[in-house]
Amino acid sequence: MEDREAEGGARDAAVRARDLRVRRGRIDALDGISFAIDAGVITGLLGPSGSGKSTLIRAIAGVQAGVAGRLEVLGRPAGVASLRHELGYMTQAPCVYEDLTVAENLRYFAALRGAPSAGVLERVGLEGQAHQLVRNLSGGQRARASLAAALVGAPRLLLLDEPTVGLDPLLRRDLWRLFRELTGAGATMLISSHVLDEASHCDDLLLLRDGSLIGQLTPAALVASTGTQDMDEAFVRLIERR
Amino acid sequence: MSPPLVRTLATARRVLAQLRHDPRTVALMLLVPCVLETLLRLIYAHRRAAFDQAGAPLLAIFPLMTVFLVTSIALLRERVSGTLERLLTTPLARLELLGGYALAFGLLATAQAAIVSALTLGPLGLHVRGSSALVVVLAVCVALLGMGLGLLASAFARSEFQVVQFLPATILPQLLLCGLLVARQRMPAALHALSDALPMSYAVDGMHHLTLQSAAGGALWGDIAIVLAFAAGALVLGAATLRRRTE
Repeated sequence: MEDREAEGGARDAAVRARDLRVRRGRIDALDGISFAIDAGVITGLLGPSGSGKSTLIRAIAGVQAGVAGRLEVLGRPAGVASLRHELGYMTQAPCVYEDLTVAENLRYFAALRGAPSAGVLERVGLEGQAHQLVRNLSGGQRARASLAAALVGAPRLLLLDEPTVGLDPLLRRDLWRLFRELTGAGATMLISSHVLDEASHCDDLLLLRDGSLIGQLTPAALVASTGTQDMDEAFVRLIERR
Repeated sequence: MSPPLVRTLATARRVLAQLRHDPRTVALMLLVPCVLETLLRLIYAHRRAAFDQAGAPLLAIFPLMTVFLVTSIALLRERVSGTLERLLTTPLARLELLGGYALAFGLLATAQAAIVSALTLGPLGLHVRGSSALVVVLAVCVALLGMGLGLLASAFARSEFQVVQFLPATILPQLLLCGLLVARQRMPAALHALSDALPMSYAVDGMHHLTLQSAAGGALWGDIAIVLAFAAGALVLGAATLRRRTE
């Protein structure tokens, strides 16, 4: 953890937080965490439900109220207007217009970003549903429509809040391949999940619990330092060690 | 086209596409005012003057109610479903979002006003001395007012149950005080003063001027300006409730 924080000064960090604190009502949803997210890699944001993952993603996206401390995104303070051209944000609940077709949704989000929407549906495997109303899609298809809306315009930084939850294993594998491709093309990804097993797909991990950062390390380092391949068990050992 | 214009038009197009997928709502918006005017004509079958007096103000009240309802529910859905939060992380500015809604609902109000005034001024025989084009212009201004009030209502509601209750809470008192039932001058002084502070009074006054005068006079433009000022005020207040950062 210590040497990681020292690395927080690295030049190519996409997100840099220093003593980031978020108050929601009377409680600290994030209690003063510091970290840096490298550009061009997949960082997994892991932790149980209620640990502060969505709050952190919303703070980086610039839509969370009650943020204190320093939070820099692509070299600028989080929430400044120019960042909105470079950010793709997928909320936890699928959020696209239910009363529009998938293609109409994408066309809208593409127009807002001044980018073409072509090819995005193929990437998430929804080309067959382009002309269906989102209301009539299954939960997993909605999640992918929502993901597609975040991908249009090839944003430099993608913030995906639980994009793979509830999807069948085959689709999950395809999506992780897609995320890998996107980082290959230069995107930085922050992907949250409460399924700790997804850690193995990431280059780096931020482990959150009760609003605290309990560690930032690579999946290999997590396995090595806890002596177990089982991610749930590794998480438990990491917490116990603190 | 400049990016802000592209985003505004894309929003209008998106809102219209949502309406297109909901033909029943659109049909109700366009047909219900026609049915009500016809009913009024039948009620006042032998009292043409009474029909003229009540039927004309209604032409200005329909767009207020219709657009108030669709705006308050559409914006409530945007807030509750999370699409608003998502939009606010894109380059879309709040004024562009509202501009898009205004274009879409303005178009809807134009269609509604054109249809209901064609029926009312034509077959139903309502006497209006002013031009029917001005009736539509007034209706569209009133629709913008309805949009501003609906936007505000959506900020104070957590559910669709709550937001529809704002219709009787905010629109019905204006209906009672706007001069439709009793001329405003004949109301008790306190109520008259209160009606002076309510925007619907000016919409209905505007229709009265259109009913009585063949040429568009300063009084009509004054009423239209006041309605637009209220609409702008409500829209600015409403835009302030579209907060980018939320809990």
